[in-house]
Amino acid sequence: MSDVTDTAVRKFLEHTDSEAASFFEACVHCGECAEACHFHLSTGDPKYTPTYKLRPMERAYKRDKAPFSSLKKMLGLAPKPVTEEELREWEELVYDSCNMCGRCTLVCPMGIDIAGTIRKMREGYAAAGLVPEGLQRSAEFVKKTTSPMGVTLKALKAQIAHQEKETGIKIEIDKKGADYMATFSSMEVMGYPEVLGAYAKLFKRAGLSWTISSVAYEATNVGVQIGSAPMAKEILERVVKAAEDLEVKAVISPECGHAYGAIRWAGPNMMGRQFKFEVVHIIELLDQLRREGKIPAGTKDGRRMTLHDPCQIVRRGGLLKEPRKLLDESCDDFIEMKGAGVTNFCCGGGGGVSANPRAEELKTKAFSRKVDQLNGVEDLEAVVVPCGNCRTVFEDGLDAYEMDLEVIGLSELVAATLDDSDEKQG
Amino acid sequence: MSFLEFVEGPLFAVAAGIFLFGAFWRIVGIIRIGRKKDIAPPKASAAAGFVKGNLRHFLPRGIFAKRTAVHIIAGYGFHLGLFVLVFFGAFHVEFLNERILGFAWPTLPRWGFILASEIAFAGLIVLWVRRISDPVMRLISTPDDHIGSWLTFIMMLSGCFALQESHEMLRAMHMLIVDIWLIYFPFSRLMHAFTFVLSRGNSGATYGRKGMNL
Repeated sequence: MSDVTDTAVRKFLEHTDSEAASFFEACVHCGECAEACHFHLSTGDPKYTPTYKLRPMERAYKRDKAPFSSLKKMLGLAPKPVTEEELREWEELVYDSCNMCGRCTLVCPMGIDIAGTIRKMREGYAAAGLVPEGLQRSAEFVKKTTSPMGVTLKALKAQIAHQEKETGIKIEIDKKGADYMATFSSMEVMGYPEVLGAYAKLFKRAGLSWTISSVAYEATNVGVQIGSAPMAKEILERVVKAAEDLEVKAVISPECGHAYGAIRWAGPNMMGRQFKFEVVHIIELLDQLRREGKIPAGTKDGRRMTLHDPCQIVRRGGLLKEPRKLLDESCDDFIEMKGAGVTNFCCGGGGGVSANPRAEELKTKAFSRKVDQLNGVEDLEAVVVPCGNCRTVFEDGLDAYEMDLEVIGLSELVAATLDDSDEKQG
Repeated sequence: MSFLEFVEGPLFAVAAGIFLFGAFWRIVGIIRIGRKKDIAPPKASAAAGFVKGNLRHFLPRGIFAKRTAVHIIAGYGFHLGLFVLVFFGAFHVEFLNERILGFAWPTLPRWGFILASEIAFAGLIVLWVRRISDPVMRLISTPDDHIGSWLTFIMMLSGCFALQESHEMLRAMHMLIVDIWLIYFPFSRLMHAFTFVLSRGNSGATYGRKGMNL
């Protein structure tokens, strides 16, 4: 067994806990998961069947860890050992063709969490150094600048200054004792900096005390995407330390799918302790402020809009109703696309796929499912996409399919339709 | 001791013992692997999610219904048919009453037994034809999937032959295959009859903590 195989298999076994074992033990190879996977549906290639993507890890478990594995080995009935060749062959299936979106769990009669198990499987791949070049490059950027896109503090400050000028509202950095510490994804800071202005406007209206950390402004966690728990922990530690040093009451997770899961659901488990602050998603916070009457809705946007459900925020994040309530109050003509909500299709770029240039063509093919959904809504003028990563995937995808549709962030829409009449009078 | 007495007596006792002990051992083995306690503050109950996850996955979701109709109809037909055959077939209840439990319950009339058999056979055949004809199924199926299907099929078929009680050997053959099936069960994918509770429950608990009932 080569070093690569040895390392990968060791990590596979280490990460096969009783939950993953129950999934391997329950799968009846019924193939239903293929019917939920946008990579299979858009290509028709059976190799993209979600359960098949787990095969090397399942084999390692059944050979070396499963009940009766010793007996089966003795009788020559255990599965063959995993080889380096197989691991390399599966790398594309594990990284390029899985967004860890979890749609397959919904159709699975056994309720198997394939997405979560792929996340564990990636631990073996990352430890063995079998990671796509694009993701490796992101990891190197993180080491140098804390951002997977290489966004420096200087660049962030420039964007903040621009937004302060636009809104006339001061955005404070490293304000100790603020109630909230906002984090952003690199994609937002560089691609959609108006989100900074939207936060400033909304939080000023709500009378919220907030700040941005100069050392932990980045929410993206490449460690989670690659599947490296040590790297994920290191990235997370920076945010946790900054938040606790600034003594904030809560950290705001941005409109970024996996960043929310990384800090809200995986975070305390990675750190091995609970945080001294709460973690709140920006959508959750805006919904709460709206219900408390602190950010009342003003004149609605008159365009016909639909909502994309980012997988890690909605299906795997638990925020199903909040974005809908906010959108309903911000838009005159909000219409759901077919399959909206927990069963919505992934954009195709999540789980590190959009940071992996090798997967570009496959990602665009997978986006065809989203195109079908969007085309199913008559006279659609805009789509609200509350995730920075999904948003760039949408923009690229709509361009590739020659569709003319505006892509909007939810925070920006809520800020743009905010009722600021009291404020003006005051 | 006749062959029939052997397969219904000592061999059945051994097979049933392997079935019960093996299935128990495998379930305990899975649970004993253990998992780290989830310390992220939950939004709702994981325990409730475990139960809801188990119940929710009995029902197919509408959006997938069209693409998965064949599997769902055949799957439910086979499993329900087999359940009815095993637990409400007059011969089975009589066997369990006399040999093991010491009590009986109402059984199916003969026409009900035949109907349940036909539904179970049709379901199993459709599932197997799908396994060998669909490109996805061909790629993901393993020898264990085929052995489990064939053993079950032969067990049901031999049961039909034994139904007329025309020859003692037919009943003996059926019992022999039942014994083999029981011995094979805990080492195979047939264990999904028990492991589905853990699988659905674990996912349900994870989603439940997040306040979602998927």
